Amino acid sequence: MEKLFKTVSFMSATLVMVLLASIFFSLFHTAKPAIEEYGFGFIKEKAWDEEVPIENDIAATPVKKEEPKAAVSSDDDDLASMLAGNTSDVPTKTVYGGLIPIVGTLLSTLIAMIFALPIAMGIAVFLAEIAPKQISNIVGIAIELLAAIPSIIFGMWGLFYFAPIVQSFVGGYQVSLLTAGLVLGVMILPFMAAITRDSMRTTPDVLKESAYALGATKFEVIKDIIFPYSKAGIIGSVILALGRALGETMAVAFLIGSVFSLPTSLTSPTVSIPVAMANSFGEATGMKTSALFYLAFLLFIISFAVISIAKFYFLRKDNK
Amino acid sequence: MKKLALLAPLAALMVTTSSLSAADFKGSGATFPYSVYQAWIGSYHKATGKEIDYIGKGSSAGIKDASARAVDFAGTDAALSPKELAAAKLYQFPGVVGAITMSYNIPHVNLKLSRAAISEIALGKAAYWDDKVIAEANKGVKLPHQKITFVHRADGSGTTFNFTYYLSKISPEWKSTYGVQKELNWPGDHHVGGKGNTGVAAQIKQTPYSIGYVDYADAKENKLEMATIQNKAGEFVAPTLKAFQAAAAKADLDPKKDFFAAIADPDGKGVYPIVAATFILVPTDAKEMDKKVTAFYDWSYKNGDADASKLGYVPLPNELVKKIQTYWAEKGIK
Repeated sequence: MEKLFKTVSFMSATLVMVLLASIFFSLFHTAKPAIEEYGFGFIKEKAWDEEVPIENDIAATPVKKEEPKAAVSSDDDDLASMLAGNTSDVPTKTVYGGLIPIVGTLLSTLIAMIFALPIAMGIAVFLAEIAPKQISNIVGIAIELLAAIPSIIFGMWGLFYFAPIVQSFVGGYQVSLLTAGLVLGVMILPFMAAITRDSMRTTPDVLKESAYALGATKFEVIKDIIFPYSKAGIIGSVILALGRALGETMAVAFLIGSVFSLPTSLTSPTVSIPVAMANSFGEATGMKTSALFYLAFLLFIISFAVISIAKFYFLRKDNK
Repeated sequence: MKKLALLAPLAALMVTTSSLSAADFKGSGATFPYSVYQAWIGSYHKATGKEIDYIGKGSSAGIKDASARAVDFAGTDAALSPKELAAAKLYQFPGVVGAITMSYNIPHVNLKLSRAAISEIALGKAAYWDDKVIAEANKGVKLPHQKITFVHRADGSGTTFNFTYYLSKISPEWKSTYGVQKELNWPGDHHVGGKGNTGVAAQIKQTPYSIGYVDYADAKENKLEMATIQNKAGEFVAPTLKAFQAAAAKADLDPKKDFFAAIADPDGKGVYPIVAATFILVPTDAKEMDKKVTAFYDWSYKNGDADASKLGYVPLPNELVKKIQTYWAEKGIK
């Protein structure tokens, strides 16, 4: 029995590693054509799905479509001639770049964190230390319910009710970076609040009581005893919330506006990586699919980097 | 032994799920005709007891599925050319016709849009509602000096494909710059994308001084104001079922080319210009199965008119149905 238990738990742990590695490699593999085509310049390229003339490319004379011209041009309105698209003689290629979705993802996550972090901390402190038990229980359940709401519901609520409110305060577009960021903030709030509260509650009473005995005020106890003690838990909650905010798709897809342009203000519509993928995947072929996978691959790396930096930087101090 | 015991219920589960999804035949693809296909599938089931699955995945996914023989039929809003059909070994015929409206949100204005106005708005050139190009067709109407917010689909869609086809027909500039696409970066600097038809409809409803293209079924359901639009003959035609039918009757769909065409902006009087046909693909090498699919569509052409009209789609005109039946007979899939 001991041995079986050990094997099963070992297998579960390995499974995670195998899954992670296989996702990484399959993303990389499908993205490979785009990676080879655009290289690292992809990250700072603003164009997405734009045709640009090829600059004197000697090696490859572009394969001209050898459509029998006569058949097409006889009927000017023929669908085929329109599908052939660009009518000029300059050979073109389609350029995909990731700058706008990357910026959109990072900014919407940043807005969400700025909005949610202080509120989540406030809720957690209130629930763990200040509120009477009954109120703490009721609010606690409400927070947990908020965490259980599916993201599509946040999306619809945001679109139909929240977006007009945001617009009436700050103007601009209803669906924008700001609206998406705020709704994202509401979505990650319960995670941060609930986990932070739980870790605050693990502070031993002995520590708190000693501080009070030395004449510390409630604020000082919270600041100097509870926060330092539950730091690891708080950072853990922030990391979980970051992960969710970076990858959130459905709610953001309804709210960010899905326009491939760099946001000029908080209320401009823009696009994020998961939204670009959700919108374009169904109809994508060839290089576009590959470019979308490149974006997915980058999101994977961004999430990984953000989370490991957060973990490494904040938790390192603990081990001093 | 233990492993086997674990596997047994799993195996049982797999057997039950596979027997549960045993539809007589299944399809996937375009979402534009999804609601009318579902209605037809329901009625057909009541009439014949046959079970059909249709999953709305999007036109491109449908084409991929049909080419890979993952489904028995596929729906696509963008017709395939005879060449593409031959390469993928598919037959093609039209399923139903729908209309796309220019829905807008301007309080107390009955909007008329000329052909020039629509293309200028889509190109992002007409910035304000009282722009000359819009005002010309709306004499006596006080248009507000407000910025136009153009709302478009954010996700790839057949609605966008057919709308950009229409734009290509009315505007040479659109044709040479953007052409016909399922998804594109819209020009201009005052536009916003909505997710799905629901998203676009909600944006228009909630954003004053906005306009966008929404399929008739969704515009009707969301009670959006729909603009009266100038057709090729120069008349201004309101979006009504009668005007859609008049347009569908003019549709030039040629069985010799496997019906390869888009039908927007037809000639003739009283026609509503922004109409779209959506198509069915079936494999050339599964004729017995194809016969079941064509039997379903044959039944739907005959008995599905009420369902289609109720949902805001246009039943195919009788002449076209005859052409399709001949096409089936020629290919041996009737």
